[in-house]
Amino acid sequence: MTITEKILAAHAGVEKVDPGELINSKIDIVMGHDISTPVAIDELERIGADRVFDKDKIVLVMDHFVPNKDIRSAENSKRVREFAKRHQISHYFEVGDGGIAHALLPEKGIILPGDVVVGGDSHSCTYGALGAFATGVGHTDLAAAILTGELWFKVPESTKFVYDGKLPKWTEAKDLILYTIGDIGVDGALYRAMEFTGKVVEQMPMSGRLTMANMAIEAGAKNGIFEPDRITEAYLREKTARPMKRYESDRDAAYAEVKEYDVGRIEPQVAFPHLPSNTKPINEVGDIAIDQAVIGSCTNGRIEDLRVAAQVLRGNKAAPYVRLIIIPATQEVYRQAVQEGLFEIFLNAKAAISTPTCGPCVGGHMGVLAKGERVISTTNRNFVGRMGHSESEIYLANAAVAAASAVKGRIAHPEEVVKT
Amino acid sequence: MILRGRVWKFGDDVNTDVIIPIHYCTSGDPQEFGRHCMEGIDPDFPKKVKPGDIVVAKRNFGCGSSREPAPIAIKMAGISCVIAKSFARIFYRNAFNAGLPILECEDAPDAIEEGHEIAVNLDTGEIQDLHLGRSFQAKPIPPFMQDLLREGGLMNHLAKQLNLRKVAG
Repeated sequence: MTITEKILAAHAGVEKVDPGELINSKIDIVMGHDISTPVAIDELERIGADRVFDKDKIVLVMDHFVPNKDIRSAENSKRVREFAKRHQISHYFEVGDGGIAHALLPEKGIILPGDVVVGGDSHSCTYGALGAFATGVGHTDLAAAILTGELWFKVPESTKFVYDGKLPKWTEAKDLILYTIGDIGVDGALYRAMEFTGKVVEQMPMSGRLTMANMAIEAGAKNGIFEPDRITEAYLREKTARPMKRYESDRDAAYAEVKEYDVGRIEPQVAFPHLPSNTKPINEVGDIAIDQAVIGSCTNGRIEDLRVAAQVLRGNKAAPYVRLIIIPATQEVYRQAVQEGLFEIFLNAKAAISTPTCGPCVGGHMGVLAKGERVISTTNRNFVGRMGHSESEIYLANAAVAAASAVKGRIAHPEEVVKT
Repeated sequence: MILRGRVWKFGDDVNTDVIIPIHYCTSGDPQEFGRHCMEGIDPDFPKKVKPGDIVVAKRNFGCGSSREPAPIAIKMAGISCVIAKSFARIFYRNAFNAGLPILECEDAPDAIEEGHEIAVNLDTGEIQDLHLGRSFQAKPIPPFMQDLLREGGLMNHLAKQLNLRKVAG
């Protein structure tokens, strides 16, 4: 069996599962945020259920439209806050002590290898970086999970991705996943598990694994997963006392497909409007002027991303008329960036630095686009209208490329800004 | 159950951001979702739809976010059923939970054109294009999901199982 099949079998209480099989699975962690949770609460109220399956296994994070952008979003947050109080939810994260859920839960040690995790957000697949089975659900499934701690799943087939070779200087985990989605398409892993393996992945820090697992959904996958290893253990040490289970895929595990990549040939990637699969290597991008650059989100808002951005922005400024917006993903990332002196570099570069929020990535607030505007963004989706007007354009890239582009006022290679 | 309606055609990768932009999702008002259905592709779509019309699309329909207002918006706009070559998996689950019938069919989306009158048998998965006089066979809905639909969705199923007070349908 694959790691995904083993985790699902264990949570369904059976020895073995096969792809295509429908199972009922126990859930270790259920996550909801300020958009998905209020409607899940509606569903619970509709059937007269005023209880939760386990107050210690539900995580509620105010991250999308926070600090609340308007009265509606304030009412929604209030609804979730009152629910959390009433049911004494142990993991409730408020503005000022939390951040973006998919960066926050790993950072707090809430997700462990071997867990089954569901979240009322499509990027819940991020948690697969820790060797968990994690997937996104809508608000009815979220309500059912909050109430019962169980959900039905169809066991997915797995595709194995093998990354070998030596990463070029400015190529990041973001580029590997963009390249992969460009190769297989936005439905290239539809209904499947994406299992990330290979020598490059074995050396990859947790931040990179989180970035890659985060975008599994952009290839249509049910989950993205990495086998837990010494890097996973080192990351979780001192974060948690909860016992963890390490699963590995069998040598003879069955895969629907195996894809192999030599990363030495993968340059920084840019995904053009309006699909994450519409990728080009940076050297083939041409002259594309930008109005805004966004560095942040559940994909690339961790301290490692901010360090890379600072490396490019040091001694540079955003080009005239270009807005540079930097959003540390969590309160801890924010604190660390301050302590490392990154804010000084960002402020000198004319960056607007925001408190943690999903904000502009979902076209919520903190950097929504006008008609005809172009943004380069470290986020995960570039669909029509995602970040603002339906005639705006989104280009996806890593943090170094976004930073270099802010400085040049057009999509630029980091080497154009940082002399090496 | 047989549905009959006029077809609206869409292509590949119709995503949840174009089906219903997120700023409408905070209202929690299904009627509002319906009024903005497909706004990212055709803002006049909800005005053009007649109740019972059917959406026929190509691959990966409903990709992107997990927002359940996406199938709700389609349902509230008056669409009775969506037929596509494939659906994004979260949308697939959400459609059943929201009570929007959906069918996967490989060849019908290539043949059926916009404006055609079609009849869809939800029990057998048979799709008839009355304009072309041709039939297509969709994948049958898994029995487990048919049971869920019969019970009025996942929450009603749970209410029954847990012996809870059921407030509304």
